[in-house]
Amino acid sequence: MQPVLSLRGISKSFPGVKALEDVQLDLYPGQVTALIGENGAGKSTIVKILTGIYQPEAGEIRVAGQGMRFDSAEAAAQAGVTAIHQETVLFDELSVAENIWLGHAPRGRFGLIDRAEMRRSARTLLQSIGADLDPDLRLKELGIASKHLVAIARALSIDARVVIMDEPTAALSHKEIHELYDLVEALKAKGKAILFISHKFDEIFRIADRYTVFRDGRFVAEGAMDQVGEADLVQMMVGRSVDQIFPTRAHNIGDEVLRVAGYNHPTEFADIAFHLRRGGVLGVYGPVGAGGSGGMQALFGITRPSRGACMVEGTARIIRSTAEAIAAGIVYVPEDRGRQGAVKGLPIFQNVTLPQLNRVSRRGLLQMAEEFALARDYTARLDLRAASLDQDVGLLSGGNQQKVVIAKWLATRPKVIILDEPTKGIDIGSKAAVHAFMAELAAQGLAVIMVSSEIPEVLGMSDRVIVMREGRIVSELAGEAMTPEALVRAAAGIDGQGVAA
Amino acid sequence: MNPEANTGASRARAIPDRLPPPLWQALRSWEALLVVVFVLVFAANSFASPYFLNAWNLSDATFNFTEKAMIAFAMAMLIIAGEIDLSVASIIALASTAMGLAMTAGAGTPLIVAAGLVTGLACGAVNGWLVAGMGLPSIVVTIGTMSLFRGIAFVVLGDQAFTGYPPGFAYFGQGYVWWVISVELALFAALAIGFYMLLHRTGFGRSVFAIGNNATAALFSGIRVGRVRFMLFLLTGVMSGLAAVCLTSRLGSTRPSIATGMELEVVTMVVLGGVSILGGSGSILGVVLAAFIMGMVTFGFGLLNVPGIVMSIFVGLLLIGVIAVPRLLRRK
Amino acid sequence: MTWLTRSREAQLALAIAVLTGLIALRFPGFVAPGNLMAVFNDSAPLIILAIGQMIVILTKCIDLSVAANLALSGMVAAMLNGAGVPLPVILLADPLVGPPFGGVNGVLVWKLGIPSIVVTLGTMTIYRGIIFLMTNGKWINAHEMTEGFKALPRLVLLGLPVMSWVALAVIALFALILGRTGRGRAFLAVGGNPHAAVYAGIDVGRTQALAFVLSGALAGLTGYLWVSRYAVAYVDIAGGFELDVVAACVIGGVSIAGGVGTVAGAVLGALFLGVVKNALPVIGISPFWQMAIAGMAILLAVAFNASQSRPRGRIILREAVQR
Repeated sequence: MQPVLSLRGISKSFPGVKALEDVQLDLYPGQVTALIGENGAGKSTIVKILTGIYQPEAGEIRVAGQGMRFDSAEAAAQAGVTAIHQETVLFDELSVAENIWLGHAPRGRFGLIDRAEMRRSARTLLQSIGADLDPDLRLKELGIASKHLVAIARALSIDARVVIMDEPTAALSHKEIHELYDLVEALKAKGKAILFISHKFDEIFRIADRYTVFRDGRFVAEGAMDQVGEADLVQMMVGRSVDQIFPTRAHNIGDEVLRVAGYNHPTEFADIAFHLRRGGVLGVYGPVGAGGSGGMQALFGITRPSRGACMVEGTARIIRSTAEAIAAGIVYVPEDRGRQGAVKGLPIFQNVTLPQLNRVSRRGLLQMAEEFALARDYTARLDLRAASLDQDVGLLSGGNQQKVVIAKWLATRPKVIILDEPTKGIDIGSKAAVHAFMAELAAQGLAVIMVSSEIPEVLGMSDRVIVMREGRIVSELAGEAMTPEALVRAAAGIDGQGVAA
Repeated sequence: MNPEANTGASRARAIPDRLPPPLWQALRSWEALLVVVFVLVFAANSFASPYFLNAWNLSDATFNFTEKAMIAFAMAMLIIAGEIDLSVASIIALASTAMGLAMTAGAGTPLIVAAGLVTGLACGAVNGWLVAGMGLPSIVVTIGTMSLFRGIAFVVLGDQAFTGYPPGFAYFGQGYVWWVISVELALFAALAIGFYMLLHRTGFGRSVFAIGNNATAALFSGIRVGRVRFMLFLLTGVMSGLAAVCLTSRLGSTRPSIATGMELEVVTMVVLGGVSILGGSGSILGVVLAAFIMGMVTFGFGLLNVPGIVMSIFVGLLLIGVIAVPRLLRRK
Repeated sequence: MTWLTRSREAQLALAIAVLTGLIALRFPGFVAPGNLMAVFNDSAPLIILAIGQMIVILTKCIDLSVAANLALSGMVAAMLNGAGVPLPVILLADPLVGPPFGGVNGVLVWKLGIPSIVVTLGTMTIYRGIIFLMTNGKWINAHEMTEGFKALPRLVLLGLPVMSWVALAVIALFALILGRTGRGRAFLAVGGNPHAAVYAGIDVGRTQALAFVLSGALAGLTGYLWVSRYAVAYVDIAGGFELDVVAACVIGGVSIAGGVGTVAGAVLGALFLGVVKNALPVIGISPFWQMAIAGMAILLAVAFNASQSRPRGRIILREAVQR
């Protein structure tokens, strides 16, 4: 079979970085090709080349055997390549129909947009993928899953031959993911070539026909999915064999540090109650959107609970702001590292001292020597790699930025550290380091809360797990009861007899 | 996040606190550029007019910028934090009107001054409440209050004016501390030092930079973002009130159209001083230099009988030029 | 009633109707057709400029130089008139004076990435300065303008002055451009989601530059109307008018964050200010109240718009979904 799109010898570099070097990629009609690689392997660069945002320095792009240049996003769209991105691709203020047809709307008299025709064809397209959405609704009135359907309808509207799905399930619920699988099948049946990018192996094995592996900007291997196993793919990705081994932890669990009772919020969570001991790791499991993050952010003073109480080391604490949470000894390492993590633009040492500016001040004036001392101490413990402590955090790699965030919190000498999806989007090699580090923190007497939607991680790291569903704690598991099946059942709302509740 | 991270502090590689800054980097800094511009302007003026290099004339020249600069210091902090206050000139009008009312009611100089400062503070509190409390965008809010505050001044005064301030009140805008050092110039110098300490040497100033770079991350680092924003609007309000005291004292009268358009000159001064209009960076030293440059250019052009409007072309070109030229060079 | 809760324009239209109605209770003369037409005619420059400003704001920019551009174009028109250039040529030429100046703003924003507020803060003083350089600060007064030049905006055609017809034509033209052309939708897309706009094949910077050119063209057109109607041209005409224009947009529900706004909203925002301005003398309130009322209206409008568009937050609890 001839590939509908094939890349050969593609290279692209940025100042100081060789993002892609001599890579190849083939996409076949009616097949899903999974593009697999760690962070920094060059996946997003290849997507940008395919959609005409970047131009490669070398190599050729062939569409149906014919050499092409994608000089602009328009050129790529005209060649029939379209991308469905994570969340940020569409326009909230435009209608569903306009989102589908923006840039290539049907024209009527005088070259004006034919709105009736636009609505009609939008409805037809949506129905063809089983979506019964009103084309006149504004996009902001839809949920994420429906927005996805609109994005897919848009892809179909330009008569795409190649559909790129970049982490399409990142923000979807379990049920929505299954609807997405059905859609992918529908697209395959229409003969589209699909490039599927995902971190999640279960998805890849569920949906892909072929795979292509990149590593450090180079092509490693390609082949059919049914010829390959999970361990093989991991080995190709990291260049070595990695078993996911979690650190063994000394279970010297101490006194109760934190007790939370009756935390409620009008829309996000209800009846959150749990307790936590020194040296313990509490896993909070639930699919994305189950309310775990919201509950934890309430504990950190970001989300204001409507009622609820919390006690730290036996003292009742009222937490209405992040400053009060930090004062109570509770800190939070956010999931959204880009927006909520380190303050890019400020140097490393200023990031570290940001939560406790009073501590490094004398008579109201900052003492820079003390700031550097504090930053030096905690960044050294985390083995930070940087040219100097005066360097802008934005110039560090993602992993090192995360180290700055953690150093910042450890410097406040917290009692409870909450890690929200600590390994999301992190490559396999670094995951093990994060896990080992969490074990270290617990061994030093911190109480750790880990919010995660990855079952192996939750089971491998936690002493106890609370399972969230629709904003409520539905189960609390410990010891022998902590099995993958138990987690999935609790999170999916399936009772002991296997019947959906 | 190395597995041995915490056990091996001794074997971790030491990171230096700072790298010795290359000399050329210091020379290429914004402030250095401003110093060069200032020297050029000063030299050009000295050559162009024989009246320029005269202590009393130079002292007079400082009145061109001292009142604006008082507000510009607070505005710089506000802009660094990612906000803006376009209502400052209207706050001057309202504060000046309040002083006029106090004067009419028979108040003495201290009460008149207090009326101006308190009005400025109150206006700042309104802006701060709308922006920090209600979460509205500052540019729209302050366009609104710009109209509201001056509107109230117009309602009170119509086409009338307050005149006849007590003689003691003239001290602020017309008095001298020592020799050629006017009260306003002394205030300017003291405020420059005060704001330098506040922005660059205190935790509050650090929070301002953090918020301007990334307000969400600052919030997630325990900064009381709303409170800092509110305080900044209060500060800008009070500085506008102080500028109103000086300006009213200097002019000796209050009209509702007082200080019209001054907000743009203040913002220009701040941006010319190297403060990023997008927030996150800037320095008080830059604003001080920008104030001097704008003051000297105005004065020099005045000595040469160049009309004020040509001067404003120059300021407009300067504003765009100082931002455009580095960007053009970087593109090459 | 869903149209009322959904559509900002409907809410604003209702507010204007209620306001006009209240005035009419005491002063029925205010709602006489002739007077309403006069109010519309009086608001025409604001309406035209607000539409241009709205397009700029849609793309996440702001144009503070519109009033200066208006003054400059108006002065060019007056000078051409003084030089004996026939009126039709002036009418053709004047809308061509504004776009290059708008284009300067646009290119600085597009090619150098300078924030639009800085660019237009600078150009607003520069453009007024250029007028001064052209005229040496002299005024062009009524007696120096030809009668035809001054009469045209007041000329009544089919019951409406030309000024009003121009405003209506601009409204219709831009409603068409914004609603029915790909470029028009691009303005909304660029402000709503610049990142996604790139993927949809839209050049963000070029679209922003085009918005400035359009704003400049409308400022140029208004320049002639303004100068001929008030029969005077000098450096400071329409001083501070840029803020009225921005205010009209804000009251009309245009979001300063970009991506949200309609022609109808901008027009209604301008009309609201026009009604207030014209009603004050009628109901015997000092015209000095106008500025304060406009300020309150801006604050109320922005607070109201924000409360309408505030993200509802994550809804996770089942009972919250059902609510």
